[in-house]
Amino acid sequence: MFTPTEEQQMLIDMMGKFAEKEIAPNILQWEEEGKFARHIFDKLGELGFCGMTITEEYGGGGLGYMTYAMVLEEGAIKTGGGLGFLPLHLAAATPIEAFGTKEQKEKYLTKMTAGKALGAFALTEPNAGSDAAAIMTSAVLRGDRYVLNGAKSFITNAGEAELYLVMAKTDKDKGANGISSFIVEKDAPGFIVGQKEKKMGLNYISTRGLTFEECEVPLANRVGEENKGFLSAMYALDGSRIGVAASATGISQAALNAAVSYAKQRYAFGQPIANFQIIQFMLADMETETVASRMLAYRAASMKDEGKKIAAAAAMAKRYATDTAMRVTTNAVQILGGYGYMKEYTVERYMREAKLLQIVEGTSQIQGLVVARELLK
Amino acid sequence: MNIIVCLKQVPDTESQIKIGSDKKSIVTDDIKWVMNPYDEFGVEEALRMKEKFGGTVTVVGVGPKRVTETIRTALAMGADKGVLVNDDALNGSDSIAIAKALAAAIRPLEYDVIFTGQRGVDDDMGVVGAALAEFLGIPQLSLIIKIEVAEDGKSVKATRPVEGQALIIEAPLPVLITAQKGLNEPRYASLPGIMKAKKKPLEEKTLADLGLNAGEFGSAARKVKVLEITPPPERGGGKIVTGETPQEKAAELAKLLHEEAKVI
Ligand SMILES: Cc1cc2nc3c(=O)[nH]c(=O)nc-3n(C[C@H](O)[C@H](O)[C@H](O)COP(=O)(O)OP(=O)(O)OC[C@H]3O[C@@H](n4cnc5c(N)ncnc54)[C@H](O)[C@@H]3O)c2cc1C
Repeated sequence: MFTPTEEQQMLIDMMGKFAEKEIAPNILQWEEEGKFARHIFDKLGELGFCGMTITEEYGGGGLGYMTYAMVLEEGAIKTGGGLGFLPLHLAAATPIEAFGTKEQKEKYLTKMTAGKALGAFALTEPNAGSDAAAIMTSAVLRGDRYVLNGAKSFITNAGEAELYLVMAKTDKDKGANGISSFIVEKDAPGFIVGQKEKKMGLNYISTRGLTFEECEVPLANRVGEENKGFLSAMYALDGSRIGVAASATGISQAALNAAVSYAKQRYAFGQPIANFQIIQFMLADMETETVASRMLAYRAASMKDEGKKIAAAAAMAKRYATDTAMRVTTNAVQILGGYGYMKEYTVERYMREAKLLQIVEGTSQIQGLVVARELLK
Repeated sequence: MNIIVCLKQVPDTESQIKIGSDKKSIVTDDIKWVMNPYDEFGVEEALRMKEKFGGTVTVVGVGPKRVTETIRTALAMGADKGVLVNDDALNGSDSIAIAKALAAAIRPLEYDVIFTGQRGVDDDMGVVGAALAEFLGIPQLSLIIKIEVAEDGKSVKATRPVEGQALIIEAPLPVLITAQKGLNEPRYASLPGIMKAKKKPLEEKTLADLGLNAGEFGSAARKVKVLEITPPPERGGGKIVTGETPQEKAAELAKLLHEEAKVI
């Protein structure tokens, strides 16, 4: 089932090889140094992977979401995460492709697909995370420009990115229907990037707050119609959740692979720990749930490629795959025992990466809400 | 400059190799097949030569249908066209027979440089390059890590590492070069390259198409016969050095290293 086509297999192999050679051996060091590996993004840009799902007309790869999911998953299998900057770069690019003007696509999208400009997606605020419609950053039209005031928090790629897709209120009386999105360039006047946050994991990717102080953005940089920005954000997140589900599946697989090979080699009580039935059942559950995650991710991806509504499919895939990744990585650490807790054995990093995936792009609880809303409507 | 690169598909070095029940072959069911790494150096060098001097890069493989994947990988990296010699009669052929099939496939093509890997990482014979050069009647430069094409485009100067020294050798074109590790760092196939690979020409030929007699190929015609494949010996158990004091243990260790391991 879901056997990759020859082309998909080549893309998977390419990403696997790249991730294995260029990312995996260095990621722990990048994490310790808190260093963003910009050259990896640049290189992926040269190789045409920074705009995988964006149309070829604007320099993208023109891949369907199924292929995208397979490629991201493989990257995660080889690195246990590692490509976290990419889905959020694409979350910024996707609304520009879907709702932007021709000028915006030529000026910004082509740079993003070529890997010449890194994107960031700025929705969350100090007082509005899950309840994204409650954001307070305001955008007021003055002549030919919008003036933005407010703050964003936890923005992936912030400080490294050249382009920010920022959601702000253009009508403060109307919740979700009063939000518009804007392309903000990194050197826009009044645009301030905050301190780098110190995180539990993924310290090789920067996460920072943003402040807008009378920040001026040209009218031409509004993406889509006024007050329709929330829709475009949700549209981007639906697609992006497929990517998160696929990455989470890859992390689970990476942790499982590590646990299986360790269980066969580690001796306790005179035999490999893989002989103990409790370990076997842990491994069996890890395998089963990883496969189930993959199926849900691929299902959502193929529904997206068929043009179906995917809000619930993407939400259940994201929730199941990330919750699974948390369980599987935790159990992998358990199976490796004390060694599992050591950085050298890498599974502890998988566990820290998995935890984030249950939170970003809509928490597991919010994904549950989306699924239930579809069921009960 | 027209360049030909010969490709062999080999098991990924990460694949677990199991020996077949005949003890003369390996079980191929679960193997992941990849391009022979030494051939990859050849593809990369060919592409660099093409970028510098123009011309076409043709990749030629011998083997079953699955070898098209390896050929397509080279096309995705940037080669222009591929040829696969695929014939059931080839099953079980030895290196000389493979070189013969390659020679027949290459003879009608135009070429200035032919690359092969210095050896296949599967059975480490290292024969095909030399045999192919012999069949085509052209010079062979083996184990090369650096290539310079003369300004008039009529000859190449190549470097072979020899015991920490470098041997610089020269040959007129056309020439066959066997690629050694260090020649270059092969590129990754790009996404657009992968998407374009399917549209590039890939011809498939049988032995009859090449005017070859099937009787000269396959296991029966082997000049080199595989008698048996054996797994590497199991790693023996370690040895615990005993003694009452550190001095005694050190003395015992020194004795063992000298008398048993014979390393000091
Ligand atoms: C490393 C990192 C990177 C991030 N990158 C980005 C980015 O690039 N762009 C961006 O815009 N945001 C980003 N975020 C923010 C992230 O999307 C939010 O943290 C997330 O949506 C949750 O919001 P919150 O933190 O405000 O939690 P809250 O919304 O305050 O939620 C707190 C808890 O309450 C639960 N909860 C909330 N509402 C409900 C409900 N109705 N029913 C049940 N439970 C509920 C949540 O599930 C959670 O467990 C990032 C966060 C992190 C940690």
